[in-house]
Amino acid sequence: MTTTLEEAPPRRPLTMTAPRLPGWAPVLVGVLAVCGSGLLALLAGWGAVAVFALAVLGFLVALPLWSLAVEGQRSATDRLMTSLVWTASGVAVVPLAWLVLTVVRHGLPEVNASFLTFDMRNVVGDQQGGIYHAIIGTLLVTLAAAAISVPIGLFCAIYLVEYGKGKRLARWVTFLVDVMTGIPSIVAGLFALALFVLLFGPEIRLGFGGSVALSLLMVPIVVRSTEEMLRLVPDDLREASYALGVPKWRTIVKVVLPTSLGGIITGVMLATARVIGETAPLLVVAGKTDSVNVNLFGERMTTLPVYIYYQFTQPGTVPFDAPPGTEAPGIARAWGAALVLIAIVMALNLVARLVGRIFAPGTNQKKG
Amino acid sequence: MTTTTEAEPQPRPATGRGDRVFQGLATAAGITILAALAAVFVFLAIEGVPGIGKPASSYRPLESFWPYVGRLLFGTVLAALVALVIAAPFALGIALFISHYAPRALAVPVAYVVDLLAAVPSVVFGLWGARVLGPHLVPVHAWLDEHAGWLPFFAGPGSVTGKTVLTAGTVLAIMILPIITAICREVFVQAPRLDEEAALALGATRWEMVRLSVFPYARSGIVSAVMLGLGRALGETMAVAMVLSASPVYTLNLISSTNPATIASNIASSFQEATPDKLAVLIATGLVLFVFTFAVNFAARAVVARSEQRLRR
Repeated sequence: MTTTLEEAPPRRPLTMTAPRLPGWAPVLVGVLAVCGSGLLALLAGWGAVAVFALAVLGFLVALPLWSLAVEGQRSATDRLMTSLVWTASGVAVVPLAWLVLTVVRHGLPEVNASFLTFDMRNVVGDQQGGIYHAIIGTLLVTLAAAAISVPIGLFCAIYLVEYGKGKRLARWVTFLVDVMTGIPSIVAGLFALALFVLLFGPEIRLGFGGSVALSLLMVPIVVRSTEEMLRLVPDDLREASYALGVPKWRTIVKVVLPTSLGGIITGVMLATARVIGETAPLLVVAGKTDSVNVNLFGERMTTLPVYIYYQFTQPGTVPFDAPPGTEAPGIARAWGAALVLIAIVMALNLVARLVGRIFAPGTNQKKG
Repeated sequence: MTTTTEAEPQPRPATGRGDRVFQGLATAAGITILAALAAVFVFLAIEGVPGIGKPASSYRPLESFWPYVGRLLFGTVLAALVALVIAAPFALGIALFISHYAPRALAVPVAYVVDLLAAVPSVVFGLWGARVLGPHLVPVHAWLDEHAGWLPFFAGPGSVTGKTVLTAGTVLAIMILPIITAICREVFVQAPRLDEEAALALGATRWEMVRLSVFPYARSGIVSAVMLGLGRALGETMAVAMVLSASPVYTLNLISSTNPATIASNIASSFQEATPDKLAVLIATGLVLFVFTFAVNFAARAVVARSEQRLRR
């Protein structure tokens, strides 16, 4: 110890701070990278995407190098990782924006009153067809799915939170609900198909089968979100209710559920939004038809996603007198239906969040 | 419960019955979940197992079940792995951005955008991937063929339609990004604040802080997030069915125009013309997919459960 103390001071000039790049360094490097790649692109004649990619790459190389020269290796690594993290998040926004813009651009010219109120019965070529039957099908199938999965999901969550504490069955249910969220949607569809084929013969296709398949996907989401909400209810409320002599089930119905109602509704709506866009299971069990069918328990039933899929796979031909670049009528209808579907899903999401926000502040306790 | 019945001689029996009924309902709902999972397996097995030994014409262009499902399973895993390789780094980056790097004003909207990505229906992703992304990726295919052709993955010749495993994998990557991001973010946020501050106080840079105090804590969470993403990608149907033009081959080549189908996409695309024999075959492949994804998800959840126990101790 003493020896090192004597040696150290004369060797090293004592600096309190390591050299740092100025605060405007990233901005400068960014501007230079954009200019440099822009210049290169002008010379080589590349597109905007290439310019952007090159600029990002230039930034990712140049800033750490500069930092390496001035600040040393540790800071250089830090700057590299920081830029990478920022880049990743920036890039993540691209697909959503691109997708939504494309769907709106292609879909908007298609959507009008006739498109929403016509079905596809006897529609040939580029005659006016519509998605009325598909909207009806989607609403019915999804509502039936919700009608099956909300009670099961709700009671299952109640079991997990109120009755099953510490029991082996509850541990298994929790675990399997988690596993169930990972069931591929097409497997759910095949299950429903196998079930109904076994009951009614091989040619059976019906909307209710789709509901069964969807509820298999929906139940775990409802259980998860409801369980989380029920756990948020403070135990004080339950104990206060017990202390007044209220039996457990009335406590759950009158105290626990009303307290967490907003969260539960939000969860159910988000789950609905998740399954309303499912295609594969409905393709398999609910089948496809061109006309309106309002009977869940008989005949095939088209839903919006399945409609999109079939318009995509069987688009028909472009009329010979159409201006060049015109899309096949089926593709155009598919974009229109995609826009409507996205609008429905986004609306459900927004309303769900709104409901969540309205009920969220636990201060306004409504007594049931 | 017994104490209350002793204390009050009022209409207890009625409420006791109500309690019993209610508890019965709740327990029944819990058991329904178990039964549903078992039923999925049982019904798929009843309808699917006969599909293993059908006449050779049901497996065209192959002769028997196992080669048929083998190629499909290979395609499934290949597409899912491509998706994972693309999505995992981005997901980690975004999760870190939201939890540790972004200013508050940016973190919330970025998180929201990623969540919205999860809300887009898969069929819309498929439509977009086939009609927009695929054609736009054609130059990328050509470039990869030209400059990375010595890798078996990019042996080429590059597809001119963009209907390849690479495109399908990219679409899948976008679709599984939200789930991986969401779980990683949750784990990162829970990293102990004290460790982070200690690292910073000792002079660590931000990246060193993340590497030394966040990652060790989050490792099992990251593993399980990636595996859940894998499970999602394995079972995704529409995006692959709409993007890929498939043929039954084993190939690692991601950019040529002959691509193996995935189990799910094969079911969707050959379901419409299926004879009862073919239908049984398809259900059998569905059973294989179910068992496979179940195993992956089971393993992922088990990793999480074990690490949660370890952390609690």
